[in-house]
Amino acid sequence: MKGVRVAAILFLAALVAASLLAGFLAPVSYAHQFRDLPDAAPSHQHPLGTDDLGRDRLSRLLYGTRVSLLLAPAAALLSSLLAALIGGSAGFVGGWLEAAVMAATDLFLSLPWLFLLITVRALLPLNVSPVTSVAITFALLGCLGWAAAARVICANAHKLCGSDMVLLARATGSSGFRLLWRHIVPNLMPVLSAQFWISIPVFILTEANLGVLGLGVAEPLPSWGSLLRELESFSTFSGQPWHFVPLALLILAVSCFHLALQKQEAWA
Amino acid sequence: MKRLNLISITLAVVLGGAGLHTQAESQLRFCIGAEPKTLNPLLVDDEASDTVRYLTGGVLMRLNRSTQQLEPELATSWKLGRAGNSISFTLRQNVRFSDGTVFSAEDVAYTVERLLDPALHSPTGDSFRAGTGKVVTQITGSNQVTVTFPAPIVGLDKLFDQVAILSSRSPKKEMAVLGPFYVAEDKAGSYLLLRRNPNYWKHDAAGRQLPYIDTVRLDIQQNRDIEMLRLVRGEIHFINSLNAEYYDKLAAQAPGMVFDAGVSLDAEQMWFNQVPGAPLPTYKKAWFSSTTFRRAISASINREDLARIVFHGHARPAVSWVSPANKFWFNAKLQPHPFDQKSALQALARDGFKMQSGVLHDREGHAVEFSIITNAGNKVRERMAAMIQQDLSGIGIRLNVVTLDFPALIERITRSFDYEACLLGLVNNDLDPDSQMNVWLSSAENHVWNPNQKTATTAWEAEIDRLMHAQASALDVNKRKLAIDRVQEIAWQQEPFIYLVNKNSLSAVSTALNNAHPVVLRPQVYWNADQLSLGSGASKGR
Repeated sequence: MKGVRVAAILFLAALVAASLLAGFLAPVSYAHQFRDLPDAAPSHQHPLGTDDLGRDRLSRLLYGTRVSLLLAPAAALLSSLLAALIGGSAGFVGGWLEAAVMAATDLFLSLPWLFLLITVRALLPLNVSPVTSVAITFALLGCLGWAAAARVICANAHKLCGSDMVLLARATGSSGFRLLWRHIVPNLMPVLSAQFWISIPVFILTEANLGVLGLGVAEPLPSWGSLLRELESFSTFSGQPWHFVPLALLILAVSCFHLALQKQEAWA
Repeated sequence: MKRLNLISITLAVVLGGAGLHTQAESQLRFCIGAEPKTLNPLLVDDEASDTVRYLTGGVLMRLNRSTQQLEPELATSWKLGRAGNSISFTLRQNVRFSDGTVFSAEDVAYTVERLLDPALHSPTGDSFRAGTGKVVTQITGSNQVTVTFPAPIVGLDKLFDQVAILSSRSPKKEMAVLGPFYVAEDKAGSYLLLRRNPNYWKHDAAGRQLPYIDTVRLDIQQNRDIEMLRLVRGEIHFINSLNAEYYDKLAAQAPGMVFDAGVSLDAEQMWFNQVPGAPLPTYKKAWFSSTTFRRAISASINREDLARIVFHGHARPAVSWVSPANKFWFNAKLQPHPFDQKSALQALARDGFKMQSGVLHDREGHAVEFSIITNAGNKVRERMAAMIQQDLSGIGIRLNVVTLDFPALIERITRSFDYEACLLGLVNNDLDPDSQMNVWLSSAENHVWNPNQKTATTAWEAEIDRLMHAQASALDVNKRKLAIDRVQEIAWQQEPFIYLVNKNSLSAVSTALNNAHPVVLRPQVYWNADQLSLGSGASKGR
């Protein structure tokens, strides 16, 4: 099992490296439209063929991987930090604050957040570059995705506050910020870490869902979500297997994340 | 033993009879995208209900979707009054509704009365509302009726194509119909079954009563992929409207099933926000209200490429707000704006724009960058926007493409005016350009680039206002044509809407369906529903 996990981590590392080196590995610009070659089959010039507008699929896949694979962890980090801040302080302080925060969290969890995301996105300024737009989209995902993690962290913080370890720390004079920083936070790290790793594939899939709805990353920037939109039509199934490469990569990446974070979950 | 034999024989007869019956009954099947909102023909305002109305409703005259000419139906003849506010019909005699009730002039009077009843809020009736005052219906004979409106109505006769005549006496009310079929079964959310009207008045040349088909099953199916699969499997007989992608896929599998009827009435277009109070920087408002700027953008878009790549060749560069498919009203003198970025840059340079390091700047030094909004989830428009983005980068303009969910988009273009440019399509069902008064009058709400103007902001908008009013009050169709031609010329010169492409009308028809002649006007395939037949014997009529 350890070998599988190592292989998964290596695959993810290779994927991240390939996306970071997209500028060198991509045969052409991801945005350039070869208008004489729309929807072309794989060739020497375009190893994965071209899309409907004649854009090189391999280049788009590499840059799309960069967008999805780098910004999803950023969003996961943001949501984990928010979860730590909100859930951790609620669990640490306890009492009415914990009850109020948990009620707010429950309310937040009950919101149809895909629609919330669509609404918030519609209110954003229009004249932003695709890169800014994708950063905003993932920032929104991060801002909206903290609630479930906050519940877990609050419960763990609450449990820690009542533990013998914290009781001993209090008995030795630790209190307030020192107690939180030296004793609670370090013990919450495994949970936070697990929440962070769990969130990454969730955000990748959420962006893909938004992409399928046409509300993902703005043109011409690619992402896994926008690349997956080509699979909307059943007719794609017939004789164009290279269309499935983004889907295969998404499945592999998400599976690898799950394999890689098994140890994290064990810590949690 | 004898008893057993008797049962066997009885069963055989019953089953055999059933088999014969099944074989004899022909059922046409196709999909509609949604449940019809109403079965009352006067309240129709959605496509599914319109389908049912078309197949069941008997009308006084019908616009032949192929020739685009009016043809007599329940009215054998009609005459428009000199003032343009009245119409007299001579009605067909010995016609009965589907339930056997006799059709008479009272039914026409009743239908007009119901149609214009303010309490009913009939969307079809809205087209007939002109001036203030009462609509008077006079029955001048057993088969003569005259309807007089308070004010002249442009294209009055053509409007009756949409008016299904109701029975004034039938206990079945609007379910008693004069069209080729009647609604026999309505399974909510699943299907509608229409059955052949036994009293339908039409006969073919050989004297056989129409329609040929016994039943029509309308399956409610939103998913276009499933609709395609069902067509390929032979479970449905046609798809009325296909997109170019599906057309090509199907053409590869079954070339005999697809049909490209040519350019349709629908257009894809973009426009700039010219609302003076819009929350945009002043310099951008100046760009958008400049004819030179709009024309330069128009000349920098490769429409041929849009038609070839996005629509797989099943579209053609658009010229005007009237499609070339509209045989009478299209101004044939106009040609599509050519793709010419060099000329566009020269024109922009004359207006003070200059290129610096590959980026276009205006005379005040602002880099030319704007956003274009379109509805999310529409792959065709997203592709068009991406192509326009690349085209405009060729003249140093950065275009940001923003896809919004439809309500948010409508909010921006109609209320907040917080947008710069918009890419949308225009679905047009009406041949008469008078139906676009609500777009071209500067005071109109749908004058989207700058709606609800108290007085026309520009001289060319004032001229369009004058011409549109003139055509609306002219009874001579040739005078109307001159006015509409001129409006098309002005729109071509000023480009408040930058027309991009007119899509072709694409459909798919099973080889089992005979007499199908798909056309560009809706309903493309079943416009001659009463003459369609099933079976492999007859010619397909293509």
